[in-house]
Amino acid sequence: MSKLFTGAEIVFKCLKDQDVEFIFGYPGGAVLPIYDELKNHSSIKHILVRHEQGAGHAAEGYARSSGKPGVVLVTSGPGATNVVTALTDAYMDSVPLVCISGQVPTHLIGTDAFQECDTTGITRPCTKHNWLVKDIKDLSKVLHEAFQVATTGRPGPVLVDIPKDIQFAKTSYLKPKIKKKLNGKSLNNFSQKDIDHLIDLMNKSKKPIIYSGGGVINSGPEASEVLRELVELTGFPITSTLQGLGAYPGDDNQFLGMLGMHGTYEANNAMHDCDLLINIGARFDDRITGKIDEFSPKSKKVHIDIDPSSINKIIKVDLALVGDVKDVLKGINTTLKKKNIDLKKSNKQKISSWWEQIQKWRTKNSLNFINSDETIKPQYAVQKLYELTKDKDTFITTEVGQHQMWAAQHYKFNKPNRWMTSGGLGTMGYGLPAAVGVQIAHPKKLVIDIAGEASVLMTMQEMSTAVQYNLPIKIFILNNQYMGMVRQWQELLHEKNYSESYSEALPDFIKLAEAYGCKGIIAEKPFELDEKIKEMLKFDGPVIFDCRVDPNENCFPMIPSGKPHNQMILGPNEKEENKITGKGKALV
Amino acid sequence: MANPKSAYSVSTKKEKSDTHIIVVWVDNEAGVLARVVGLFSGRGYNIESLAVAEVDAKKNISRITIVTTGTPQVIDQIKLQLKKLVPVHKVADFKRNDKTVIFKEMALFKVVGNKNKIKKAINACKKYDAVILDKTKKSNVIQITALRREIDKMTKNLRKLGLVSVSRTGAVAMTRGDKVFN
Repeated sequence: MSKLFTGAEIVFKCLKDQDVEFIFGYPGGAVLPIYDELKNHSSIKHILVRHEQGAGHAAEGYARSSGKPGVVLVTSGPGATNVVTALTDAYMDSVPLVCISGQVPTHLIGTDAFQECDTTGITRPCTKHNWLVKDIKDLSKVLHEAFQVATTGRPGPVLVDIPKDIQFAKTSYLKPKIKKKLNGKSLNNFSQKDIDHLIDLMNKSKKPIIYSGGGVINSGPEASEVLRELVELTGFPITSTLQGLGAYPGDDNQFLGMLGMHGTYEANNAMHDCDLLINIGARFDDRITGKIDEFSPKSKKVHIDIDPSSINKIIKVDLALVGDVKDVLKGINTTLKKKNIDLKKSNKQKISSWWEQIQKWRTKNSLNFINSDETIKPQYAVQKLYELTKDKDTFITTEVGQHQMWAAQHYKFNKPNRWMTSGGLGTMGYGLPAAVGVQIAHPKKLVIDIAGEASVLMTMQEMSTAVQYNLPIKIFILNNQYMGMVRQWQELLHEKNYSESYSEALPDFIKLAEAYGCKGIIAEKPFELDEKIKEMLKFDGPVIFDCRVDPNENCFPMIPSGKPHNQMILGPNEKEENKITGKGKALV
Repeated sequence: MANPKSAYSVSTKKEKSDTHIIVVWVDNEAGVLARVVGLFSGRGYNIESLAVAEVDAKKNISRITIVTTGTPQVIDQIKLQLKKLVPVHKVADFKRNDKTVIFKEMALFKVVGNKNKIKKAINACKKYDAVILDKTKKSNVIQITALRREIDKMTKNLRKLGLVSVSRTGAVAMTRGDKVFN
């Protein structure tokens, strides 16, 4: 008979076989056997957070920046409910997480025991799949399957709920089996015929555009390489969603910037006027499409996605290639090269007037803003930060709001996995714990959380985690004393009734930093920004940077809701077009 | 959602809704029905009726039959979303008016009254394979198998004949001929 192991030992054997190096977690009654076992496994390091939501976001940051699944360990009841926000966030943004939660012993399940909750019931709609392990014999199989489900196909979070008695029970350990497919859920489902069809469309197109998304990042760094090759081979313009930033170099001439609600004028107009739209690993989110009925009305639409349920969900497409972005793009590039179709040359003539049009849109300079010598403009602060960190292979996380959009607009990413932001769920408080996770994955790299003062206060306690593990994360707060995006909407849509969007009693961030045992820096005038940012970068340890910015600045350009892409509001430099009156006002 | 202050756009195109019967083969494990039903409620799809039972004890497979209405786009989404669930093996979809598929529902009627009324009730049920499951001097329990709208009609008609209680199942479906859905 093979050797018997306790459930807690099996958990660690599984984690080792899945090459897990870090667990983000918080102990409690129902996971104590697993925490007890931790000391016997030196290859796995546990990162103690200050709140389970922080554990979830840290694991997300770890997963996004490293491409490996993030592992979370929490206790039953409140431990599990606290992690729900992070699981939902990971589900919306397709981040692979494996969450292990303790549960009350099996004989107490259903009795309203202390710290009991229906964890699998609560997390069912926010995970790809979850398991309640009621029999120790299932434990190793379930844990291996959990990793497989989280990381294959469209990645996402999973949860394994392990009752305390199962953690003590003994059984033999089963190694992971190499499974072919889960219930026949195949990944690649496209043919050469589809690729030929796409190339035919590319050949005929006069106004093409590539719209790439987070799927390219999830497909791995190689996918970004082949995407760059495709753009090079075709000479097509490319735009990106919020999640896709970094897959294509942000400072390249063929890149039109981000599209969508706060995307650039050229990207959105190109989306509207194109005759061929190639969606690569994006999902036609409502912040991207604007008014559905008038979304890119004249184009043939192609959708490349690993998730069959993304196809035709929002926008009906003419051609769908279901598969891993990397594999599909490789197929396209190979065919282009084999057929010796030099689209770049043959297309140059055909799409040259399209590029001329795009250049015209570009001259609007839609990300422009009116700078000031008196107050720090938030856009200026992000630009300064970019200039001073662009040579350092910097990892940026953000919270949610205006600062997030300014970061996306003004920070140019050149590599995938360098940009971690909560897009789908829009979770304020994501950035700080995510930065913790990123720094764990990349201890020598520069990690900056571009934050808003309202967001960052939601998970500020994780500074304590950063200090405990000597993680030199930089929290760059664009402090405008408002929930900026809420304030902006109230200004534009609710007759400047700034209902509850002003924070009357903000903490002194310098003192707060000192209280946590890290460094605090404040910048109040534009001229001191350079020096203060350099001071932040020089400091070897966590920093909270209180950057006092203009409280009334709005984030432009903007597609008002209910409007198509070609009806954007531009910034204050375009005053005459910026007037929203009468009927238009109601539509914003 | 015509609220002009909303952040979301509304599609003005209206597509026609159709009734479909969706058949799902799933692993018979704890919580699997909740996953399927939760997917419907969570994404705002409706369920008109539901029938579920294990059909293969050896392979541990249950068959779930769901009647739902939706536009072609919604029906497609339902199928694709169902296929993503880990315990789901396969999904079939039939239109209600598909002639190649048999749909059946079962109903139990309890009729209470005098002999005459009960006899009339039994007669009315005859064309739907009526079976008398229980009989007393004052009451009868009648089982019929029929289509949903036929059962609806019978339920209405039997009211005046002493119908006091109705219990009915969801629809089950099977293709005609020797073909099996794969």
